[in-house]
Amino acid sequence: MGLLLLVVLWLITFASMYFFVAKVWWFPPGASAVSAAFDHQFVNTGIAMGIVFVVAQVGLGILLWKYRDRGKTSRAQYYSGETRPEILVLVFAALLFMTTDIGVDLLGGHLWAAERFRPAAPNAVQVEVTGMQFVWYFRYPGPDGKFGATRPELEDASAGGEAALGLDPQDPASKDDVVTGTMVVPVNREVEVILRAHDVIHSLSLPAMRFKQDAVPGLAIHMHFTPTQEGDFAAVCDQLCGLGHYKMHGIVKVVSQEEFDKWLAAREAEKQ
Amino acid sequence: MATHEFAAGESHPHAAPQGFIRKYVFSLDHKIIGLQYYFLGLAAVFVGMFLSLLMRIHLIWPTAVLPFLGEIKPETYLSLVTMHGTIMVFFVLTTAPQGGFGNYFLPIQIGAPDMAFPVLNMLSFWVTFLAFLTLLASFFVIGGAPLHGWTGYPPLSALRSSGPGEGLGADLWITSIAVFCIGALLGSLNFITTTLDMRARGMTLMRMPLTTWAWFCTAIIGLLAFGVLLSAGILLLMDRNLGTSFYLPLGTINGQLTGHKGGSPLLWQHLFWFFGHPEVYIAILPAMGVCSHLLSVGARKPVFSYKTIVLAMLSIVVLGFGVWGHHMFVSGMSPYSGYAFSIPTMAITVPSAVLSFAWLATLWRGNIRFTTPSLFGIGFVSLFVAGGVSGPFLAQPALDIQLHDTYFVIGHFHLIMAVAAIFGIFAATYHWFPKMFGRRMSESLGRWHFFITLIGTYAIFVPMHYLGIAGHPRRYSQLTEVDYLRDLIPVQKFITYAAFVTIAGQLIFLFNLFWSMFRGKQASDNPWEATTLEWTTATPPPHDNFGGHTPVVHNGPYEYSVPGAPRDYVMQTDPAAVKAH
Repeated sequence: MGLLLLVVLWLITFASMYFFVAKVWWFPPGASAVSAAFDHQFVNTGIAMGIVFVVAQVGLGILLWKYRDRGKTSRAQYYSGETRPEILVLVFAALLFMTTDIGVDLLGGHLWAAERFRPAAPNAVQVEVTGMQFVWYFRYPGPDGKFGATRPELEDASAGGEAALGLDPQDPASKDDVVTGTMVVPVNREVEVILRAHDVIHSLSLPAMRFKQDAVPGLAIHMHFTPTQEGDFAAVCDQLCGLGHYKMHGIVKVVSQEEFDKWLAAREAEKQ
Repeated sequence: MATHEFAAGESHPHAAPQGFIRKYVFSLDHKIIGLQYYFLGLAAVFVGMFLSLLMRIHLIWPTAVLPFLGEIKPETYLSLVTMHGTIMVFFVLTTAPQGGFGNYFLPIQIGAPDMAFPVLNMLSFWVTFLAFLTLLASFFVIGGAPLHGWTGYPPLSALRSSGPGEGLGADLWITSIAVFCIGALLGSLNFITTTLDMRARGMTLMRMPLTTWAWFCTAIIGLLAFGVLLSAGILLLMDRNLGTSFYLPLGTINGQLTGHKGGSPLLWQHLFWFFGHPEVYIAILPAMGVCSHLLSVGARKPVFSYKTIVLAMLSIVVLGFGVWGHHMFVSGMSPYSGYAFSIPTMAITVPSAVLSFAWLATLWRGNIRFTTPSLFGIGFVSLFVAGGVSGPFLAQPALDIQLHDTYFVIGHFHLIMAVAAIFGIFAATYHWFPKMFGRRMSESLGRWHFFITLIGTYAIFVPMHYLGIAGHPRRYSQLTEVDYLRDLIPVQKFITYAAFVTIAGQLIFLFNLFWSMFRGKQASDNPWEATTLEWTTATPPPHDNFGGHTPVVHNGPYEYSVPGAPRDYVMQTDPAAVKAH
């Protein structure tokens, strides 16, 4: 039985580890400024935890096989685990674990700080992202650089676009606001995302950007990221928002600055 | 903290009842109440597992028409998600280990004739039972069961028009949880008082079995956590029914103003997780106690560093209340708070690591008997470590944002908290069954059950980590809408097939349980050659547990293979002086 357990535990351990190490299913290739550092931190944590996992499971297998009941001849040895050297071993294990864990956390702290402790750069492209059951709307402030006022009583979800956001036509700042169903942003420029939600909590997840943030009714949450590659990237809702949760997805199009300018100008022209 | 001493013959708290109703239904006997909790948990776990089976079937065959149930619609899928989580967390993981085994064995292990408050004990079970019926009722009302997930985040859970199931179904769901909290609070009071005041002579705190320590710690957590959830639930009911706005800001639903303003959805998350994270330890601490206990019995050795294990469990109780914010890194909470919460979260891995180390060290130089309870104890260690190592990814805010609300989290908490705790329940069942029913369970069926469940569990939950890394959001009822999710369907298929096998394996357990209850081999009073007080009583124990006398305790609970002792175990009641730990 001891040997059987050893074999089963080792097989489980190595099979589990194989798919992590071989990265058979992995993050989508990173496409933002933080993705390399994020991936590095993830792999470092993975190495530390992978060692703990393998050592513990392999060790468990060996202990089970080596110290199995062998009938009348074998007997356990009495260890209380409370003599000084034994306690020191436990303290050492605790300190080692604490150092590794808190060390890993501190190493990754700068990533969190870079994303959340400082506001977006002044020249960032502003995009207001609004979630509602079960669609995302993206709003750009237009040439005046100001978002027009929105009023909940003006919202008309079925009409879509500006009406769905409840954009106030009386506000001069709203005249040039552009509302779209696809997020288009320029490459290599910081994007300031202002997240809002009308009804329930949604969460904007951009796996390739290593970006995720809840959109909460009543709050305007400011976040930022810098896309570094052009292309179309998946955007999904990551917070349970109702029966159409699975349908609430879209595309983030990252284009060159020129294309972005052209696209925005075309949307402005459509409005006039 | 004086130990109450009973004089011989003084230990009859109440006479044994004669009628069926008072004996088996509205019983005051902690053993019957323990069994009631256990069978409630057993019924609940099979309901919860059946719901997960439907979820797994729907995920890979979304248009399948099932007998009696028809096609599972997206909203039905979310109801299954909600009810699976709620049933499993509250009515299985909280009910069976603590209410079931804790009720049955805590008084016996400390040498008490019953719990401190038998009437309160009966009430806490029946309140819990009422909560379970209330929860199940939500399946049968118009709109069906709620779809807001077991975490019930408002505004989704607070607005009737936010989806099907958010009408009466959601009211029943919240009411059920609130009622459950009352039962759990009553139970916690009883456990704490019993442990502190009802110990037999010689049963000092540091001679209590680690199972008893674990139930005691769990009760402390329950007392502090369930009150907060109860209040949070009442506020949510008021938002839904009385027009208050605790959790609801100015907003619209389907373009209509909700009529609420000024509330904060984050308030619920803080209150919920202030309960919700300690709840994880409510589920897992009893399993830690059982595992420590059974590895020592199985390895025929003292548990490695009893005092350290007690200290680790107590530090989990304290630290467990300081980490709730790690569920909220992406919630919009201040990023400074987020980072602050990551430090105690990392710190709480230390007592867990020390416990794991102590379990491995307990096996070291042991003489391991691979009985079914030992196997499940060993499985617990393996799963606890496997689930534990994914914790430090999620504890780092920067990494968590990528993994939050993905299958990575599902894999993590099922391994470390759900299935590990279930392994604790299985281990406890196989271990104490002979005492509870006077018969033995089949060891060979037990071994089959163990291996199928262990391998099946890993096959289900490890691939979920890969899905999460690839960005697969949880709670998606259809996988064909998003391009990159379609590529992950083969993994989902593998998980469903593994679930079929694992669930089938549980039928072996069910058969073994009921067959052995009536047809199993007769058990002796101490079939595992264990040391603690429950093995000194008749089998099953009489109404007052010790047949009119009160045991006197002379030894610690884990005196196995003591050098010079005639047998390889020294009972706690044996007069032979063993040097205290």
